[in-house]
Amino acid sequence: MMTSNLSGRKLLKIENLTLKLPTEKGWIQILEDVNFEIDKGEVLGLAGESGSGKSLTALAIMNLLPRNAQVSGSIEFGGLNLLELSTKDMRSIRGREIGMVFQEPMSSLHPSWTVGEQISEVIRTHEKVSRKAAWSRSVQMLALMDIPNPAERAKQYAFQFSGGMQQRVMMAIALSCNPKLLIADEPTTALDATIQAQIMEIIQSMQKEREMAILFITHDLGVLASLAQRILIMYAGQLIELADASVIFDDPLHPYTQGLILSAPHPGMKGGKLPSIKGDPPRLGRLPSGCRFHPRCEFALEICKVEAIPVTQTPDGRTVRCIRSDELMLGKQIEVAVS
Amino acid sequence: MEVTDSGLREPAMQLKNVRKEFYSRKSNAIRGVDVAVAVDDVSLEIYPGESLGLVGESGSGKSTVGRLMLRLLEPTNGQIYLSGNDITKLNRRKMRRLRGQVQAVFQDISGSLNPKITIGKLLAEPLEFHSTLNKSQREIRVRELIELVGLSVHHLARYPYELSGGQRQRVSIARALATQPKVLVLDEPVSALDVSTQSQVVNLLQELQERLKIACLFIAHDLFIVHHVCNRIAVMYLGSIIEIGSAEQVYSSPRHPYTQALISAIPHPNPTIELNRKRIVLEGEIPTPTNIPSGCRFHTRCPYVMDICKTVEPTLEEYEDGGRVACHLHIEGPKLGGKSVDSLRDSLVK
Repeated sequence: MMTSNLSGRKLLKIENLTLKLPTEKGWIQILEDVNFEIDKGEVLGLAGESGSGKSLTALAIMNLLPRNAQVSGSIEFGGLNLLELSTKDMRSIRGREIGMVFQEPMSSLHPSWTVGEQISEVIRTHEKVSRKAAWSRSVQMLALMDIPNPAERAKQYAFQFSGGMQQRVMMAIALSCNPKLLIADEPTTALDATIQAQIMEIIQSMQKEREMAILFITHDLGVLASLAQRILIMYAGQLIELADASVIFDDPLHPYTQGLILSAPHPGMKGGKLPSIKGDPPRLGRLPSGCRFHPRCEFALEICKVEAIPVTQTPDGRTVRCIRSDELMLGKQIEVAVS
Repeated sequence: MEVTDSGLREPAMQLKNVRKEFYSRKSNAIRGVDVAVAVDDVSLEIYPGESLGLVGESGSGKSTVGRLMLRLLEPTNGQIYLSGNDITKLNRRKMRRLRGQVQAVFQDISGSLNPKITIGKLLAEPLEFHSTLNKSQREIRVRELIELVGLSVHHLARYPYELSGGQRQRVSIARALATQPKVLVLDEPVSALDVSTQSQVVNLLQELQERLKIACLFIAHDLFIVHHVCNRIAVMYLGSIIEIGSAEQVYSSPRHPYTQALISAIPHPNPTIELNRKRIVLEGEIPTPTNIPSGCRFHTRCPYVMDICKTVEPTLEEYEDGGRVACHLHIEGPKLGGKSVDSLRDSLVK
């Protein structure tokens, strides 16, 4: 078994990640040149709409991409490039060093194994412990997730749990080996508002307690506001903005980020029309030329339609893919809309 | 905002004490049935030009109310009126004639449109059944409809798969409006859409509803959108309406602890506000409709539960502003008398 030696503050470093998938019409580009890092114990929010490539970024980290995918770049985790690991070595990282929670707990849980068996399996795969010890740890994990009567519930099957309870079981599985990184892909999207609030509380308290890093993927910026330290926005397979959560909501640099913030539920706004972004997200395989957002951008210039826009760093360390970011003053418009 | 003067106008749609039960074989037993009360004694009315928001969690019965209005389901008890006429007992043929007057838009965009026919044919279809227009008149109407929802004539020759999610939902809306209905049931019409297109469709619905003076039932789990679009909001919990009132009152000063918790569960997209905000996290989950708690059905999760709540079921209490709430806090105990339950919040929130 292979152990990764983590050193320094960096936990995960993704460089020039590019991903293509084959279709009948040829290769289509899913991700282009994605670069970001996650520090130990940091919560990074990854937001974007369907088709922006956020879930495939997560699958790339877990090395769970389809076999026929064409990947380049590197995903460095504790000194190892995850893209180059053998199946066996990857298996020792998945579930132990990196845990994952998906949107649909029911399709991720085994229908004919008890919940306790499923948690024990993960523990026994990665650690040399007895069946009995693994079982009692499973029960402890369920208790940690605030599941009532954990000892009884461990003997039940997934279908006997409600959606919110299933998601707690998924969390118990993902956290059972104390991972350094948790990837949470829309973990609360399928849940009701009051249940979502419960799950978010658990995620937040576990994160603080274990100083675990989280890559939290969502389409709902509101969920990230109180959870994430930094937020990364993706659009049509590209990173378009990366900034601290404390600044991005008041002062976004990319027009798309601004549009997302304005069109998200905003309790302060009342009456009139909801702000929206015109048009639809582009289809994969039929990406616009130049800046991929230009057909929907109200600030687009002629040059945006023809020339690919590079990622730039601002003097204060923010990352954005827009050539007009320093002249637009997008934050001002948000102030006006909210007040 | 429009004030509904119930004395003067006739509601476009009215439910009186409607109850709907579903039966299933008892689990863990050979004999017997489980009775699930999906809708329990619900009365409400929607006036022409008004939109009523119906919110609640999954399993609260909000979609069942919509289906009862469409008469896709038969009520176990109670009456349903369309423009003052009792349609509860109409047979299939008579009901079919009225179908054009009550139309629906559903959440599942791809499931609502036949994939094998063009948008133009999809829009002409309801007119063939529910109007007396001839072929060329129908063609004119179809062109009107497609432009009404912000698409253009060239979309008519396309098939549903060629359109984006937002465009397909616009087609569903056009199709629902084809027969000039009096009542429109919108069941989670924007939940499946991306955030950036969601607000486009919300704006369109609001504009159409104001322009065409249709009575709308807007079913959603998202209180924010409902608050934005609707004149009034009704909150359902476990089959029963527990609070109803003007959108402003329900959203800004909720009277029922459940409404308060629902609103508090919406995260604020600004970290400075969100981090300083007091959140109410309800314990437990919504019970099953086969086993509704005694007394107030919310008492098992209510942070302010009193002894009386466990035994006596509260009735809807009406206040001067027209708002109604079913909660003992307003009569017993702290006697809120219609004030917002927010005043109790500090006593228990962490």
